[in-house]
Amino acid sequence: MTIDKSATDALIEEVLDVYPAKAKKDRTKHLASNDTEATKSCVTSNRKSLPGVMTARGCAYAGSKGVVWGPIKDMIHVSHGPVGCGQYSRAGRRNYYTGTTGVNAFGTMNFTSDFQERDIVFGGDKKLASIVDEIETLFPLAQGISIQSECPVGLIGDDIEAVAKTKGKEIGKTIVPVRCEGFRGVSQSLGHHIANDTVRDYVLEGAADKEQKREVGPYDVAIIGDYNIGGDAWSSRILLEQIGLNVVSQWSGDGTLPELENTPSVKLNLIHCYRSMNYISRHMEEKYGIPWMEYNLFGPTKCEESLRKIAAFFDETIQAKAEEVIAEYKKQWEPIVEKYKPRLQGKKVMLYVGGLRPRHVIGAYEDLGMEIVGTGYEFAHNDDYVKTATEVKDATLIYDDVTGFELEKFAEVIKPDLIGAGVKEKYIFQKMGIPFRQMHSWDYSGPYHGFDGFAIFARDMDMTLNNPCWDKLTAPWKKTEDEALAETA
Amino acid sequence: MAIRQCAIYGKGGIGKSTTTQNLVAALAEAGKNVMIIGCDPKADSTRLILHAKAQNSIMEMAAEAGSVEDIELEDVLKVGYGGVRCVESGGPEPGVGCAGRGVITAINFLEEEGAYEEDLDFVFYDVLGDVVCGGFAMPIRENKAQEIYIVVSGEMMAMYAANNISKGICKYAATGSVRLAGLICNSRKCDREDELIIALAEKIGTQMIHFVPRDNVVQQAEIRRMTVIEYNPKCQQADEYRALARKVMDNELFVVPNPCTMDELEDLLMEFGIMDVEDESIIGQKAEEATA
Repeated sequence: MTIDKSATDALIEEVLDVYPAKAKKDRTKHLASNDTEATKSCVTSNRKSLPGVMTARGCAYAGSKGVVWGPIKDMIHVSHGPVGCGQYSRAGRRNYYTGTTGVNAFGTMNFTSDFQERDIVFGGDKKLASIVDEIETLFPLAQGISIQSECPVGLIGDDIEAVAKTKGKEIGKTIVPVRCEGFRGVSQSLGHHIANDTVRDYVLEGAADKEQKREVGPYDVAIIGDYNIGGDAWSSRILLEQIGLNVVSQWSGDGTLPELENTPSVKLNLIHCYRSMNYISRHMEEKYGIPWMEYNLFGPTKCEESLRKIAAFFDETIQAKAEEVIAEYKKQWEPIVEKYKPRLQGKKVMLYVGGLRPRHVIGAYEDLGMEIVGTGYEFAHNDDYVKTATEVKDATLIYDDVTGFELEKFAEVIKPDLIGAGVKEKYIFQKMGIPFRQMHSWDYSGPYHGFDGFAIFARDMDMTLNNPCWDKLTAPWKKTEDEALAETA
Repeated sequence: MAIRQCAIYGKGGIGKSTTTQNLVAALAEAGKNVMIIGCDPKADSTRLILHAKAQNSIMEMAAEAGSVEDIELEDVLKVGYGGVRCVESGGPEPGVGCAGRGVITAINFLEEEGAYEEDLDFVFYDVLGDVVCGGFAMPIRENKAQEIYIVVSGEMMAMYAANNISKGICKYAATGSVRLAGLICNSRKCDREDELIIALAEKIGTQMIHFVPRDNVVQQAEIRRMTVIEYNPKCQQADEYRALARKVMDNELFVVPNPCTMDELEDLLMEFGIMDVEDESIIGQKAEEATA
């Protein structure tokens, strides 16, 4: 199918038409048809969502506790404030890790200061100090603590930095105070930035004085911005190790505090999720002279491209090994494409995900012969949209912080064969009769990274799209008037 | 008769707590049933009535017991001179937590526990200096205090604060029944103080309900943790507080204030010779520059 610009623009115009003038003016800037030649972002992004619309965005606390800090498995992350934020975000993100939960790993547990009235009135700092003592007694193997601020902490002005400093000295461990109060910023994006800054100030800064306990080698790399959803970082790490690289640390899926501390001695930082960890990568480049490189391990085309790009940074040994690995895996993925492509060829996909996947997963779909007809991010910035422009065809529909209403309307007109978004969208579209995959949690499947992940990705897309259940449903716009009438009768 | 709920505001250090307690003592002497609710983390709004240093406050007791649900009304409600019921909301030491939330929690507690008994004639809220946040405005929200008295003196900053508090009242008066009931002048012995406050009251659209002269007996009574009414009921100053109490009891002038602009306020000060006629050349000029 060819998409043309006038049709896309007309669609945007039609959907926006129901808004009041002011809302329409604002939302117009967030919707556009793609221009592959553009050097500037085709939409405005990283702006406050409109009151009254359904947005899928999270908050700064979600960006720090849920994304950046949460997966560091050997630290205890205290949600400082009332119980809800910590409890409702507990273990929700499927960041897999090894270790014994409650002993030397704490990923799926919820630690909170459980604010009561008296903590608001008298301040929560004393309670926080006693929480540190309790953690030290009950979980002596925890390597450090992060304090994740919830909204009230920013209102009552709890001095969490002072508590972190005093108690950190007392127990001799890293304690990181994070000012990620949910009301700050327009989305989880600011939380990523704040969290990155605290890694810089409280982990890397301190680590510079610590003696390097590991042997530094010429092939040391760090995986940055892979949260190991369903094991993604593992299926990426295998490939990097097979081409001869030494993965020193994983940020932050299945990661540890010592891994973070060791990162300033690597040769290259490999960033998967640019949005959430470009800040710390840039810092390490400036401060320690470590270059960083974006890569993409979704689908064989991107895997091969990325492995070659990474290998090109190193010497011929690595480059030769990369070619061997690529050749070897070809035997694995070709039959997969052969099996699934005929079943998925030409199917249209709409995506709406967070900060990286709206562009990163495109290659994997295209490897299966599928086509992206619309994509957008919840919390991206302009640079993300610039990077997206070359990944999709001209005139493809692009939407930023899309509202529930807009996405539904777009789907009604575009009639995609598959939508990939989050749990907030899932059931709406399934009820509309559109096959749907969750692209944050992989719908409790995964991993999708690497060649191993591609096999699972292909299978999942096929079993969703070609599931016989969809034939039993009639999408509302496919219903004839008689059918609709019969239903209301 | 319905309970008359009054809140006392005013610049910090102006004598709100002293004036409130003496006024309340005079009301009690006149046979009225009164309750004082201290809305200040310093918890010093009831010491003259109770002869105590500082009574146990609601928030302190709640913090000790675990939560506010764990305390009983009799733990925090004390009865002092003339049967005056005394409660302190309490709150954190300076620099931590949220004192405003403490006021909200405490007042909610008092309502739920039935502290506002029907036999009460008056409830007085003694509120910390300025209305700095929503918490300290709690006493003037819907169904709480309907009458606001502002304690003021002839000093410029005290008048400035009084005017600002009037602005705060406007906001709540627009949606509720809270009204400005008058300025209480607690004299600092400034020149033409009474005339000045009467003029300010006129500008704002209210009255100077009473001029309380400065008298050392207030200080002597305070040292003994007593009101003047109790310490020396026969002195002239006691009669002044009785006069204030009488005027409050008879007060019918409740208005939505009409606060002045900064310029109007400065004009008023100039008129009374407190501020010199505006001389732009002295603004931002240091003392040494002036003499040079």
